[in-house]
Amino acid sequence: MLTLECPYCGLMADETELSPGYEAHLKRFGPASSPEEFEAYMFARKNPKGVHFERWRHSYGCGKWFLAARCTATLEVFGTYPAQVGEPPADIIAKIQARRPEWKAGWQPDGKDTK
Amino acid sequence: MSDPVSALNGASFTGFATIREIGPLGMISLRHKGGAALTKAIKAAVGTKVPAQRRIEIKGEMACGWMSPDEYLLILPYAKVGATMAALAKALAGEHHLAADVSDARAVFRVEGAKAAEVLAKLSPVDFAKLERGELRRSRAAQVAAAMWAQDGGFTVVCFRSVAGYVMGLLIHSAQPGSELA
Repeated sequence: MLTLECPYCGLMADETELSPGYEAHLKRFGPASSPEEFEAYMFARKNPKGVHFERWRHSYGCGKWFLAARCTATLEVFGTYPAQVGEPPADIIAKIQARRPEWKAGWQPDGKDTK
Repeated sequence: MSDPVSALNGASFTGFATIREIGPLGMISLRHKGGAALTKAIKAAVGTKVPAQRRIEIKGEMACGWMSPDEYLLILPYAKVGATMAALAKALAGEHHLAADVSDARAVFRVEGAKAAEVLAKLSPVDFAKLERGELRRSRAAQVAAAMWAQDGGFTVVCFRSVAGYVMGLLIHSAQPGSELA
């Protein structure tokens, strides 16, 4: 079972105390965007085997949304961080790179954010 | 004025631990980002300091619990809620805040006895061995949200009034004689 640390409570919360919010760091494409961009924003989701960034809500606790970086294959959790960020913090990226040297940073559907 | 009635009218059960529905208990949900005005308002309302993360400050029959980074739960006698609400509105005037009287929206239980933690351990994903004194734990009791903390040799459990019957059923089932853990 997944156990994530809520960055607001500092509590190791069991999966059953959390609600999933699916993929994190999506960039919104609104009415001014092209149909292809909007379709990608609305429907296209990553489904990686490996490092993944997700939104979670501590629904049976403080009720806040937070973000988590974990491996979908091994359930290894690299870290959690507050949701008020546009991209994963540097320390989380460093932790992932230490554990998964072959991993290439990327969390946007278009892959343009690769560092 | 009609008399306030608690959700289960003080139902109780004695198994390997004692379950009592208590109340009505005055509760105010207070949302504020924190600061000198909040410290002063909480001190005036329930006489405690502002609780740190996941803590509950208890003083007599009053208490203040940390619910989330911008939310506090004030516990006080039911009769004092009206006056305290007015005092909070005055103390926090001009500050961005929200104070709501949630006394009638909640049900409160006491689980007492040497094995009280075992009753709750069956229902919540909480490690009671690691639950510190003065720690307020928001979690779930089986399928519904609940908050619990250790107090006076037992635990106080708070849940929504609409699920009071369900939670009482859970606690009774969990406290059946002979069903102790190890």
